[in-house]
Amino acid sequence: MSQDWVYSDILKEHFMNPKNILEDEAAFKADGKGSVGNIKCGDQMMVVIKVENDVIKDCKWKTYGCASAIASTSMLSEVVKGMKLDEAYKVSPKDIAVKLGGLPENKVHCSVLGDKALRAAIDDYFKRSSQEHRIQEEAAIIICQCMNVTDKDIEAAVKDGARSYEELQYETKLGTVCGQCKDKAEDLLHQYTHLYGE
Amino acid sequence: MADRKVYMDYNATTPLHPEVQKSLIDNFAYFGNPSSMHEPGRAARHLIEESRVEIARFIGASPEEIVFVGSGSEANNTVLNLAKCGGPLCRGLSPNNREIVTTSIEHPCVLDTSRCFQRQGSTAHFIKVDRYGKVDIQELEDSINDSTAIVSVMFANNEIGTIQNLKEIAAMVRNKKALFHTDAVQALGKVPFNVKDLDVDYLSLSAHKIYGPKGIGALYIRKGAPFCPFIHGGHQETGRRAGTENSFGIYGFGKAVEVLSREMDENNQRIRGLRDKLKAGIIESIPDIHLNGHPEDVVPNTLNVSFMGAEGEAILLYMDLAGIFVSTGSACASGSLDPSHVLLATGLDAEYAHGSIRFSLGRENTEEDVDYVLQQLPPIIERIRKMSTVYQGGKK
Repeated sequence: MSQDWVYSDILKEHFMNPKNILEDEAAFKADGKGSVGNIKCGDQMMVVIKVENDVIKDCKWKTYGCASAIASTSMLSEVVKGMKLDEAYKVSPKDIAVKLGGLPENKVHCSVLGDKALRAAIDDYFKRSSQEHRIQEEAAIIICQCMNVTDKDIEAAVKDGARSYEELQYETKLGTVCGQCKDKAEDLLHQYTHLYGE
Repeated sequence: MADRKVYMDYNATTPLHPEVQKSLIDNFAYFGNPSSMHEPGRAARHLIEESRVEIARFIGASPEEIVFVGSGSEANNTVLNLAKCGGPLCRGLSPNNREIVTTSIEHPCVLDTSRCFQRQGSTAHFIKVDRYGKVDIQELEDSINDSTAIVSVMFANNEIGTIQNLKEIAAMVRNKKALFHTDAVQALGKVPFNVKDLDVDYLSLSAHKIYGPKGIGALYIRKGAPFCPFIHGGHQETGRRAGTENSFGIYGFGKAVEVLSREMDENNQRIRGLRDKLKAGIIESIPDIHLNGHPEDVVPNTLNVSFMGAEGEAILLYMDLAGIFVSTGSACASGSLDPSHVLLATGLDAEYAHGSIRFSLGRENTEEDVDYVLQQLPPIIERIRKMSTVYQGGKK
């Protein structure tokens, strides 16, 4: 009588037997550590890495979140072990979702956190090893054509405390001309609030 | 997959009572349209009216005060719709009465309907509750004015089980000369009540929470209370709800209530004992929890607990793997970013609300079920907490 879960079998396996959970942070002696997420929204992730010769030798994690948050962080930690930093830097939410055999639409934001936590950990490693020049800003995408406002501007506004569309408009002036970018902007507001909100 | 299956989600829905199932199978033969004058029609009509009498008797109403509808949600929508209806040809309310006064912990079918009216230009007040989920009666009273159409306060909450001081609230609303509705879907079968004693104008019921079939609800409409149909069309239900009756649903609803009248008290006493045992066991075996809902004024079958540092969907699914079926107020399970509006309304922190689990017990549960849950749950919580960024041995 076992009916299908909302999740794939691969995801279910990673949920039932998560790999590489960080048990003793002090003993792990991380070379880089990154945390993202927001408990109020129900997901928070922390990723730690060990780096040797520019390759991720080990990756462990902790997460507060739902089944797909647990499984996607577990999958991420498996995937990036043995990866060159430059390669690991480019792991996208979609890569993780594909590896997991797909994710329900409304759950994609959970795996978005995994890759961001990893990138934060790599950035932290770059900082600790005096390689700040390797920290990459993701290319900005224009959201509001009229006022030339990018996703990075929206991200910055949310980091500065904008939480509603109106506050976002006040901060960035987006959507104050034709208004066509409203849906897109609200999606991003939602996403970034999830990442940086309190 | 676990061998043992423990269903503890009776507030979501219940299995059919074996007696209801048997009677339904017997009565599936009565297929006639209850509006037809011939013999098959009359046979169906007879069974429907028997059910109506049964339900009316159980809640202390007259049979003509009971209207069958498609669900508890439809019953609630029908009453709130009175706030929108009106006019010289309507048997509803005066066009001047356009405001809804309700609470912040209602079922979404009341909250979203009220918000929809707001978008259409009406006013809705959502009264706050205290940390146990009890409505602020003073704020409720202060929100009632000459423009009020309907005051709607749920009898017992589906998530935390808190029972409102309904008689006191109904008397206050009566005194303020407003109309009073209560959503009694979760109270039916768990709290004994009588509509005349409560003195309410409208009351919503549903069959599938009391071991009856799904897709059938009922609305009590006090004789003389303003009314306007929500679904227009045929003359069914004396013109109060159009559409050919869900006759099988109605037969099953009547039977479920008849069984309830025999078994309710004994079942509730036993279920309360199991719930209390579960509660004591969880308190004893799991640290850093928060009990949600009122400590005393709570339906006998419901226990809502938040586990700090553990997210609800993860708990639910690990329990599912262990064969235990419960529900959660976590956002993840609902696909939104916000956890349970009920728990937030009680002032609970979002992180505790995300980690909430509702156990709602029922007549099939046994001592062994509770023992099994108490054996399975603590290691599940411990396991999730071990991988949690939030939980570090009792401290954040």
